[in-house]
Amino acid sequence: MADLRNNFVGIKSPNPFWLASAPPTDKAYNVERAFKAGWGGVVWKTLGEEGPPVVNVNGPRYGAIWGADRRLLGFNNIELITDRDLYVNLREMKQVKMNWPDRALIASIMVPCEEEAWKAILPLVEETGADGIELNFGCPHGMSERGMGAAVGQVPEYIEMVVRWCKQYTRMPVITKLTPNITDIRKPARAAKAGGTDAVSLINTINSIVSVDLDNFAPNPTVGGKGTHGGYCGPAVKPIALNMVAEIARDPETSGLPISGIGGITTWRDAAEFLVLGAGNVQVCTAAMTYGFKIVQEMISGLSDWMDAKGHRDLDDITGRAVPNVTDWQYLNLNYIAKAKIDQDSCIKCGRCHIVCEDTSHQAITQFVNGVRHFEVMDDECVGCNLCVSVCPVENCITMEELPAGAMDQRTGKPVDPNYANWTTHPNNPMARQAAE
Amino acid sequence: MGTTQSGILGGRLPLADYETNFSDLHPALDRHEALVASDRCYFCHDAPCMTACPTSIDIPLFIRQISTGNPIGSAKTIFDQNILGGMCARVCPTETLCEQACVRNTAEERPVEIGRLQRYATDIAMKENKQFYTRAASSGQKVAVVGAGPAGLACAHRLAVKGHEVVIYDAREKSGGLNEYGIAAYKTVDDFAQSEVDYVLSIGGIEVRHGQALGRDFSLGDLTEQYDAVFLGLGLAGVNALRIEGENAEGLDDAVDFIAALRQSKTKADIPVGRRVVVLGGGMTAIDAAVQAKLLGAEEVTICYRRGKEHMNASEFEQDLAASKGVTIRHWLQPKRIALKDGKVAGIELEYTRLEDGKLTTTGETGIIAADQIFKAIGQTFEASGLGSLAFEAGRIVTDAEGKTSAANVWAGGDCVLGGEDLTVSAVAMGRDAAEAINRAFAAATPQASAVA
Repeated sequence: MADLRNNFVGIKSPNPFWLASAPPTDKAYNVERAFKAGWGGVVWKTLGEEGPPVVNVNGPRYGAIWGADRRLLGFNNIELITDRDLYVNLREMKQVKMNWPDRALIASIMVPCEEEAWKAILPLVEETGADGIELNFGCPHGMSERGMGAAVGQVPEYIEMVVRWCKQYTRMPVITKLTPNITDIRKPARAAKAGGTDAVSLINTINSIVSVDLDNFAPNPTVGGKGTHGGYCGPAVKPIALNMVAEIARDPETSGLPISGIGGITTWRDAAEFLVLGAGNVQVCTAAMTYGFKIVQEMISGLSDWMDAKGHRDLDDITGRAVPNVTDWQYLNLNYIAKAKIDQDSCIKCGRCHIVCEDTSHQAITQFVNGVRHFEVMDDECVGCNLCVSVCPVENCITMEELPAGAMDQRTGKPVDPNYANWTTHPNNPMARQAAE
Repeated sequence: MGTTQSGILGGRLPLADYETNFSDLHPALDRHEALVASDRCYFCHDAPCMTACPTSIDIPLFIRQISTGNPIGSAKTIFDQNILGGMCARVCPTETLCEQACVRNTAEERPVEIGRLQRYATDIAMKENKQFYTRAASSGQKVAVVGAGPAGLACAHRLAVKGHEVVIYDAREKSGGLNEYGIAAYKTVDDFAQSEVDYVLSIGGIEVRHGQALGRDFSLGDLTEQYDAVFLGLGLAGVNALRIEGENAEGLDDAVDFIAALRQSKTKADIPVGRRVVVLGGGMTAIDAAVQAKLLGAEEVTICYRRGKEHMNASEFEQDLAASKGVTIRHWLQPKRIALKDGKVAGIELEYTRLEDGKLTTTGETGIIAADQIFKAIGQTFEASGLGSLAFEAGRIVTDAEGKTSAANVWAGGDCVLGGEDLTVSAVAMGRDAAEAINRAFAAATPQASAVA
């Protein structure tokens, strides 16, 4: 049995699966149910400052896009931070932490960008026995209009300043939650680190209009005839999140900074991908909001079984393992040559590989051979682009086969060069030419 | 109250049972089911299903239109190729046509439900009476169509679209041909055949004259004289004879008449059926008769076919359907003699057969099956009359690839021509293509308009 116990900046949990700060963690009732289902930790839905709580819209707060058989692929929400009284939340957090001492309980916080506001709330949170705090610098809708959430996360100097206040006024570990609604995720991560953060978590949701009601010409979800952008999440955002996690993990300035990975994690496999790209643990929301809390059981067993099958003993064995293999395009080996190969036994003859190659790529797949419908790769035209693999409905029917060194590339008429060579030294690269001169 | 009394009787079942037994074999898909089913289509390039369809409907496109919430656009894609797409969706043996060719069979042995999806889209368009076609400006050309079956209707519709005037002659009281008289009732419920005829004819420019039989009320010569072109979609009006003792006994009936009577009956309770029924034949007609005899309350129904299972024209699906309704299918049995009692059918003596060097021979061994009713479903024949010197081969009209017969300005299609496939969808394709050919012939004969100097 693989050891799934997680130690994230000193916060211990029985597994690396936390529920992200969001509707599922709004109150004790939900969190109790989550812990019963097996979640390793929760980040309590974001607390605001003392006083009259925020209010939410009373119409639809969520929108979705669907794939086959109405499977939810992308999700969007316009719900704000907790709309319950601060003290009710604090009381419940304290009780839940007492009930579940082995689980991680993190308080997400969003108060105005003023030192006094942070100074005021931190002791209140600390008193609950929470294991740490997460600074919500990511919420892209509503709160950002009031100068909080993503409005802070988009200004690295503010991030650094607030993190520094938090480190000054609490002994709790500080996790800084980043917004993806920026052009370079490394900048806010570096700022958080400079401010002394213990970790970053990402991604928060992405600005989005999930769909438009074509009868009423209004964005969905529509509240009384009008809509606003929401925060996009769910399976569709995973690739964006993975890239941002990897960018921070491989940036020399932030390398080694603990990361809590968030963004469309739905299965154990998604979670494993975040871990190997440098996340110390993961946070989940949309998958729970789609299927309920029980999904964590699949995640735990899937991760554990995969680790057992591959001989990985614990999370340290896998965290960051893929980071060294993430590189810039310019360092990719241009002498690596692969060709698509279609397994005729598993080909169902849908013809999609042919038509996409013919219409949109390199005209490298046959449609007929000897007058019979037959799909075969022409090695003298194939550039190895992987489009056919991407569109083939049968898994493993089309594979990319590496040409061994010395083998003839029929397309170029040259043998495969065994040496690694990248763009930085390529003769067509003007920079490389200059360097040579 | 039902009865298992011997003899040929109506009302064998309680009334409500008839309604259940003759309800829709494949109920319509609802919107959600259609979306799920359409999502399974891979949108194949040069799709095998499309090639397998005799009318070459763009199946991937119409299914994609369903999946994107555009069933009306989907229906147009279907009707562009097959104006009787609604009936074909119900009666096509899809398991041997489009759905057999579906690549999902290779992937997981379960094709996309093309037939039911086609019905989904066409039902919506027809329910809304959405008309997709308007007539071109009148050409002044007149065409006679003989037979208001699938071939004739498809031909007439396409001709009307092109702006020609069409008169359809049909010997029966209603239009539709086999769609109205020749298909099991549970495949086309709610008088769909007539609704479809109305839908097709609403294009305008088509007059239908019922009760007009070729050879009795008019001849081909009359038509070629009065019209610019003639299309023959005559179908097969005759039935093969058994040529055995007792052939004319009371209780020995033609399956096609039984099927037609069932279709014209509202309640089905008025259709008499034997307690023990034997159906002779191995095609779709045999299955339709046998299954419906069982659904009418016959206690025992046996299909006897003189060759093996692998030779049956009825599709695997139809054979399974019959079995599921309790019909027994027996092979390698050839009728030898009708056993009579008081001049009525009492049973049938059959002789075992086998193949010897590819030829069917009898083994000499015989057996008797008791029956109070026997249906012949051993094939239909073309009854030629009033056709003058038209060229025939193997008892069918000879045409070229475009449906043109040996006679000037006469085209033909459907079951009555050599190469006819006994399929609604093939008849539609032949009627449609003949209309295109007629239209081309008209265009070729009309001098090009030239500029006036």
